[in-house]
Amino acid sequence: MSAVLQAEGLGKRYGKRWALADCTLDIPEGRIVGLVGPNGAGKTTLLNLAVGQIRPTAGSIRVLGGVPASGPEQLAKVGYVAQDTPTYSSLSIGDHLKLGARLNPRWDDAFARERIGRLGLGLGHRAGKLSGGQRAQLALTLGIAKRPELLILDEPVAALDPLARREFLQGLMEAVAEHSLSVVLSSHLVSDLERTCDYLIVLVDSRVRVAGDVDELLATHHRLSGPRRDTLPEDQHIVSESHTDRQSTFIVRSDGPILDPAWTVGQVGLEDLVLAYMTATPRRPTLEAIR
Amino acid sequence: MIWLTLRQFRVQAAMVFGGLALLGAALAASGPGLSGRYDRGLAACGSRDACSNFSRMFFNDHQVQYGALLGLVILLPAVIGLFWGAPLIARELESGTHRLAWNQSITRTRWLAVKLGVVGLAAMVAAGLAVRAANWWAAPLDEAVADRFPRMAPVAFSAHGIVPIGYAAFAFALGVTMGVLTRRTLTAMAITLVVFVGVQVAMLVWVRAHLLPAERATVPITLENLSQMTLDQGSKVMTVQTDAEPGAWTITNHTVDASGRPAGLPASLMSGPCAPPRMAPGPQDPNADPDGGPSKACFTEIARLGYKQRVTFHPAGHFWPLQWAETGLFAALTLGLSGFCFHWTRRRVS
Repeated sequence: MSAVLQAEGLGKRYGKRWALADCTLDIPEGRIVGLVGPNGAGKTTLLNLAVGQIRPTAGSIRVLGGVPASGPEQLAKVGYVAQDTPTYSSLSIGDHLKLGARLNPRWDDAFARERIGRLGLGLGHRAGKLSGGQRAQLALTLGIAKRPELLILDEPVAALDPLARREFLQGLMEAVAEHSLSVVLSSHLVSDLERTCDYLIVLVDSRVRVAGDVDELLATHHRLSGPRRDTLPEDQHIVSESHTDRQSTFIVRSDGPILDPAWTVGQVGLEDLVLAYMTATPRRPTLEAIR
Repeated sequence: MIWLTLRQFRVQAAMVFGGLALLGAALAASGPGLSGRYDRGLAACGSRDACSNFSRMFFNDHQVQYGALLGLVILLPAVIGLFWGAPLIARELESGTHRLAWNQSITRTRWLAVKLGVVGLAAMVAAGLAVRAANWWAAPLDEAVADRFPRMAPVAFSAHGIVPIGYAAFAFALGVTMGVLTRRTLTAMAITLVVFVGVQVAMLVWVRAHLLPAERATVPITLENLSQMTLDQGSKVMTVQTDAEPGAWTITNHTVDASGRPAGLPASLMSGPCAPPRMAPGPQDPNADPDGGPSKACFTEIARLGYKQRVTFHPAGHFWPLQWAETGLFAALTLGLSGFCFHWTRRRVS
């Protein structure tokens, strides 16, 4: 078993709208996966499917070889820090740790207490009185101390200020290094993921646009600029394009090198790459009309 | 999971059980004195009329406390449904904490089972304690008022015996179900209240009488069993109602003529032996002079003409069978709602 998450034609429909459609993924073990896409793209839906919070309408998903939330063993293997990092506001931090200890067979109490101490939080603090960043840290502590094989985090830093954001991601990275976890982390900001992730999934309009190893993605995407042209060779897949009367700029995916001397070939950063996929327009409609 | 359930539940539990403890203390302090006064009064009253007079006075002196206590027992299940049942799941769904709970190493079925089990049990215990304490304290009053306002009577029935336990379990399950469906605590509370009151009223008005086959009897109309006599001077209509037997719950009440067909009393009685001014304060009116009411001649004349009263009723002996039947019905409703909660939580909630 080397796949952390395998999805086959996975889809989830609410009413007439597909929140996630035709999603096929195979995420290898031991990665820190960034799931990125605009708000409403289906990130939460995908993560909720992965933890078994919801059931698929179509296709199948297996996480660590099992059906999500199929039983206590499966639940024990997957940690989830849900969106907005919910905690029981009337319960103290100590109560939360006790909750974790009582509900999880593999609970690491020493780690949890040590981490809470390191964050400078008292066990007697009520969770409802914590700041957003502290609450997120508490939720993360619960997620890690559960000792899962896979930790899933849904926009954990979306509501945090830049400092808390960095502290949270730092804490996450330390824990990952310490416990050799696989992680799936979603965000609508690439900058959050840039420093942490080594695997990227871009989700736009309920569909997976691209998924792969970050280094590989960076190596196979190129920015081409040069005199105006409307078509490219078959092996160069156009991700995005923009044209003026004389000039064309493409971001393309190509396994081979770009040999055409007419082009100025440039590197594509992760942020630009993601943006290119997010703003990518289908090839067919006339560009004039869009511009 | 039991620990977490109790931890989340402790404030609400403390409110209700604390209130019950205070009530229990007050009842325990005043109960022996109450039953002592009743026993001494009965021992001293002598004649039958004097004793029934004493019982009447004794009840009248305590009827406010009695009514309040019955009201409390009837209200408690609604309180439990609103404040224990409705928020149980709805508050988790509202604040998103169910996503925290469901991602511990415990299935949501077990999560719900423990929550329903623990709090549901507490609901039944609370209602059981309340009704037991109230019935113990009010036993002398129940006895004193048995002929006028028996515990079979619709409202009193709901505050006696074991039905309050069934109501509490049902109200709790109803609250939880509404919470799961609406996902909003306040909405769930409002709907729970409306539905619970509706079910209670429907039970009382339409269902309870049919849980067991009622008994039928045709009884002579006498001063003793007369509960109501109405003379309408304008339309010349005279109607009477009688009690079926002491302690019974009378459901239907018609006058029949000598041949057994339903009939109204002839208007001639109104101007004859049953004529006002001394009209019709039945034993229902606690302040009435016990010697009042229509004259003996009125009843003699009614009997001579062959008019009797046909009644269907549940005799006092039906009290426990009816209690069990109604409790069983609410238990079945509770189980149905709980099953629905499991289904809905597993399939629909996320």
